[in-house]
Amino acid sequence: MTWEIVIGLEVHTQLSTNSKIFSGASTAFGAEPNTQADAVSLALPGVLPVLNKGAVERAIRFGLATGAHIAPRSVFARKNYFYPDLPKGYQISQMDLPVVGQGALTIQVEPLSGNAKPYEKTVRITRAHLEEDAGKSVHGDSQGVTGIDLNRAGTPLLEIVSEPDMCSAAEAVAYAKTLHTLVRWIGICDGNMQEGSFRCDVNVSVRKPGQPLGTRREIKNLNSFKFMQQAIDYEVQWQIDTLENGGKVQQATVLFNPDTGETRMMRSKEDAHDYRYFPDPDLLPLEISSDWIEQVRATLPELPLAKQTRYVNDLGLSAYDASLLTTSREMADFFEAALGNNKGQAKVCANWLIGEVSAQLNRDGLDMARCPISAQQLGNMLQRIADGTISNSGAKEVFRTLWAEGGEVDTIIAAKGLKQVSDAGAIEKIVDEIMAANADKVAEYRSGKDKLFGFFVGLAMKASKGQANPAQLNDILKKKLEG
Amino acid sequence: MSLSLADVEKVARLARLAMTEQEMQAAQAQLSNIFGLIAEMQAVDTRGIEPMSHSQDLAQRLREDKVTATDQRAAFQAIAPQTEGGLYLVPQVIE
Repeated sequence: MTWEIVIGLEVHTQLSTNSKIFSGASTAFGAEPNTQADAVSLALPGVLPVLNKGAVERAIRFGLATGAHIAPRSVFARKNYFYPDLPKGYQISQMDLPVVGQGALTIQVEPLSGNAKPYEKTVRITRAHLEEDAGKSVHGDSQGVTGIDLNRAGTPLLEIVSEPDMCSAAEAVAYAKTLHTLVRWIGICDGNMQEGSFRCDVNVSVRKPGQPLGTRREIKNLNSFKFMQQAIDYEVQWQIDTLENGGKVQQATVLFNPDTGETRMMRSKEDAHDYRYFPDPDLLPLEISSDWIEQVRATLPELPLAKQTRYVNDLGLSAYDASLLTTSREMADFFEAALGNNKGQAKVCANWLIGEVSAQLNRDGLDMARCPISAQQLGNMLQRIADGTISNSGAKEVFRTLWAEGGEVDTIIAAKGLKQVSDAGAIEKIVDEIMAANADKVAEYRSGKDKLFGFFVGLAMKASKGQANPAQLNDILKKKLEG
Repeated sequence: MSLSLADVEKVARLARLAMTEQEMQAAQAQLSNIFGLIAEMQAVDTRGIEPMSHSQDLAQRLREDKVTATDQRAAFQAIAPQTEGGLYLVPQVIE
């Protein structure tokens, strides 16, 4: 009998502000321990939080990008628990009145197995709220003690909570990836998963179709999409096995171990979930005017989904190409800059970006932002393909040179002798010469040996040192051979 | 509403307070009085009045997103019980 999988995600995104959410300490990653832990980060007595406008603005951007309601009035609350990396004894978060209300995210799902086709799905977002990050515990240096680094304490987070709308690991990963693209796209988070800027908690449960929701277990702190998929696959199988063997799933928090590929229950702390939230008396309600919302809306870039639709409708690209070109804003910007006004070349431009450029970036371990070829250089090269100056194989040579050495497209074409001979007279002369030198083969061709056509093309190309425009050469050769 | 001794014990545990039996009994009486006061307030008819989340009817002022703090680690760590390599040291935390 089959089981249904139910998955919801909570994603913590570190907002890309310069300073912390409640103080003027820097949020830069990688500083010496505690050099960015000011009196507020340390929770010294007498300090008061003052809310960072930049953090609120980023929350508004996210709400607008997901079609969510922005609360005109939202409230900060204290979430109480004891841990050494949280020196106040509470985290300032939001509970009853979060800044961003219900929104939605449309995702393209690529099934992980079998021949299933990609499909589209809309995942509801329950809410997104502002809160502060905790510090870091450093274990291991000395026996019996733990080191605490509070540089990260107070870094602004936007916690984005989804509805349990996903029903496979593929859908959960697609949602996480789409969200990851979006937060970078709208410039609210750098998306660096190794540095912990984008951390996912995944709630997983299973049930028989038509039954109420099963008991869920929460997989904490996944910082790679690959681990997310492995963790969900393992967890789902574990829950199904447990239930089918007559056991029960207990609500719990688990950690994924990438070395074993297993999920393991965290030591469950008694009262761990008794956070005793209450409104923080140190902070007044946050009010967001409709004027402010409209100002922020005016600065939002065209969103990935809108771009995809435009690429398909106006430029005639496939939905698949359009989705690949919008995996990052850098990619889409590069595509549009290289294409310029030459809409007719959209497909060729897309092929170069998705093919050669992406492959070469991958090989060199670079991202789009550090692409050695500029959009203008690629655009110039496409121009020379379109006007017949260079053939496709000539273009590959130009591309390799641009990548390795840089330079001007036209200079490279001239220096490497890549200009196609498109002068009909010159090509005709070559064709006449090879026909005269191979009269016997011409006769064979004319008596029906069609396959010899390739032989003549080869000779003519060789005679032109590979520079004859292939399409033109074919036309002239055919005409002359047929007499 | 009256509070049981078990409730007091739980609240004390959550707040990391070590209390003697005697202290807990005193706290039980005091907390019960506070609950009495809350019950009195809850009896007031507040229909049609928007709940407040703060005693002052004002909105939060916002800070520009600028780094204004400087590194004062040496000063802060001078008064910390134990530090090493820039880290504050605490008794070992076991996950």
